[in-house]
Amino acid sequence: MIYQGKQKIWSDYQKEIPDDNWYYVRSCIRQNFFPASEKMFTEITRNVLGKDVYETPFHTTCGGIAYHCDTIPQETVMTIVARQFALMTEAGYENYCPSCITSFGNYAEILETWHEFPELEAKIREDLWKACKREFKKPKYLAHSSDLIYHWRNEIADKARYRLVDKETGEPLKIVEHIGCHYAKMFPHKAVGGAEYPYVLAGMVESWGGQVIDYPERRHCCGYGFRQYHVKANRGYSISNTHKKFESMEPYHPDAIITNCPGCPYFLDRWQYVIAEQTGKTYGRGGYGIPVLTYEELAGIVLGYDPWDLGLQLHQVAVEPLLDKIGIEYDPKAKYLGLNKEDLLRPELPTVLKCC
Amino acid sequence: MKENIVIIGGGIAGMEAAKQLLCLGYNPIIVEQNDHLGGHVSQWHQLFPDMTPAQDLVRRLGEEISEANIFLETTVSYVNKLKDGYNVMLNNGVNIVCRALLIASGFKLFDATKKEEYGYGVYDRVITNSDLEAWFNGKQDPRIPDKPARVGFVHCVGSRDLKAGNSQCSKVCCVTAIKQAIEVKEKFPDAEIYCFYMDLRLFGKKYEDFYINAQRDFGVHFIRGRVSEVGEAIDGRLQVKAEDTLAGKPLKVTLDMLVLMSGMVCNPQATEIARMIHLDMDDDGFLRSRDNVYSIIESNRPGVFYAGACTGTKTVPETVAEARAAALGIDAYLKSL
Repeated sequence: MIYQGKQKIWSDYQKEIPDDNWYYVRSCIRQNFFPASEKMFTEITRNVLGKDVYETPFHTTCGGIAYHCDTIPQETVMTIVARQFALMTEAGYENYCPSCITSFGNYAEILETWHEFPELEAKIREDLWKACKREFKKPKYLAHSSDLIYHWRNEIADKARYRLVDKETGEPLKIVEHIGCHYAKMFPHKAVGGAEYPYVLAGMVESWGGQVIDYPERRHCCGYGFRQYHVKANRGYSISNTHKKFESMEPYHPDAIITNCPGCPYFLDRWQYVIAEQTGKTYGRGGYGIPVLTYEELAGIVLGYDPWDLGLQLHQVAVEPLLDKIGIEYDPKAKYLGLNKEDLLRPELPTVLKCC
Repeated sequence: MKENIVIIGGGIAGMEAAKQLLCLGYNPIIVEQNDHLGGHVSQWHQLFPDMTPAQDLVRRLGEEISEANIFLETTVSYVNKLKDGYNVMLNNGVNIVCRALLIASGFKLFDATKKEEYGYGVYDRVITNSDLEAWFNGKQDPRIPDKPARVGFVHCVGSRDLKAGNSQCSKVCCVTAIKQAIEVKEKFPDAEIYCFYMDLRLFGKKYEDFYINAQRDFGVHFIRGRVSEVGEAIDGRLQVKAEDTLAGKPLKVTLDMLVLMSGMVCNPQATEIARMIHLDMDDDGFLRSRDNVYSIIESNRPGVFYAGACTGTKTVPETVAEARAAALGIDAYLKSL
């Protein structure tokens, strides 16, 4: 691998990311999958970095899931998105930051479509006005929330309590970065690092002391793929994609996987349990799986937040081996205590995949 | 005193034109930006379809133009249109006045790093057709393994590719890939060779025979399908994904080395000169001939002639033939004044 070759490509795909004043919209599903990630984003950006990140409870889905499942037409999605932009405009912001990768791709696609077909934008403006008497300005800047953490990665590194290194050996942890398909594959120039060798997560890993693993199936879909999973009959295809990725990354013995998509961490995490049950095979050391983290969770880890406040107990794959390797202090007994310290009871353990 | 004819470019087009102009009694002056004559051919090992050593052609042409004036490592700083000719200013301070100018600036190889999915410049064992020729010529290349078990060739890299900005077919890549596949097989008889192609354009004399030989005598596998992505495995080998459109199935193969058949794009030097004297450019980025059937060596400006790949992708025989035609065209033009 020629690192300088990647650097050259990365230099061709940089995007302007304003340093402050962002209008933030949450994902439909992330809070169900990894409930502390978005909370951690606002916590880090506002309280650690001191940035103005605004959000409103009035925003809705962007329509991206329905669009990519072919259940609603694009004009409907555009009108939903137009309303989102209207909320941003009403709040006085012009930098738009979605938390969801599919939303990011959806917004990028719609803005590009309106650029190419202004008559369609005019029609959507008319439709929005008829529907809810709202008007909007298009965002001046569009960035995914992982773009923002990438942008502030060195500030986070400066404030970090831990580094992504093995506390025993001092060696950098080996991290697989997995990019959501809708981040760069549609519009490479709207992504940090482009589509073939995205740098958005790799940059975070490097800044925080880790080493990025590049493996043959790096670009492959996590297996979610919307209709691969949502159509029940296709779920075998979903897990076979995930299986392919784990088989490909296995020789590198990664310590963790970092992701920037709502679906990817869920499927890469949960399917490890299913693969273990089906094949008897696990991909981490000692019968464990490979922990899969969102970028907010990884940022929270290096910044020293309590792992259970980061929601890491809701992962299928145990994160304790990773925490131990870094040397993070945590209370094992507090893993399944709720916010009010109420005992949430322990989940049933899998038969094959080792968990704590 | 013999009349000056400035030839911009000292590849085989410029050399052959110089040879013919000498025979016709002119004083050809070759301006070549490199430190040697012969252009791309001088870097090549053997030429299809007869496996002619490329150096033999360059050497022979070089001997035949020993009386020509040659400026190596020299570029054209500016060209001025005069009332009845051109004033060519070189970067070495020399000014040449001539009534006829021949542009033979050739082509530039497509920059394979632009096809990011193939990993040239990123993965250790991805090389180009040009790199392979240099290795055939004896240049050490650590990217080429000692005993490759599987080698792949990707056709049409930067050719017939609107996404890469080039719609044109580079014409020679199909047969060059076959030639190189045979040469690799000769060097590594145990290796399996795979050629990934869109369609095979084997129009020239003996090209089809060459293709049949590659399959029958050398066992080269031809797979109709474009490579979608390349990844590097932990041992440095390459995992290549493609679609076999004849079998109707996706295909994944692990290779020890991948050769990208970089296509031809116009030499930026030609674009610069075109800007100076208002020569027309074609949609494909090459210089536009007066017409593409009968006047391919003529430009839209009086006294400016073309030869070789400055007007489009060409084979060596086509280039040589055009150079001869251009020399005769210049002679006829000057006699008509």
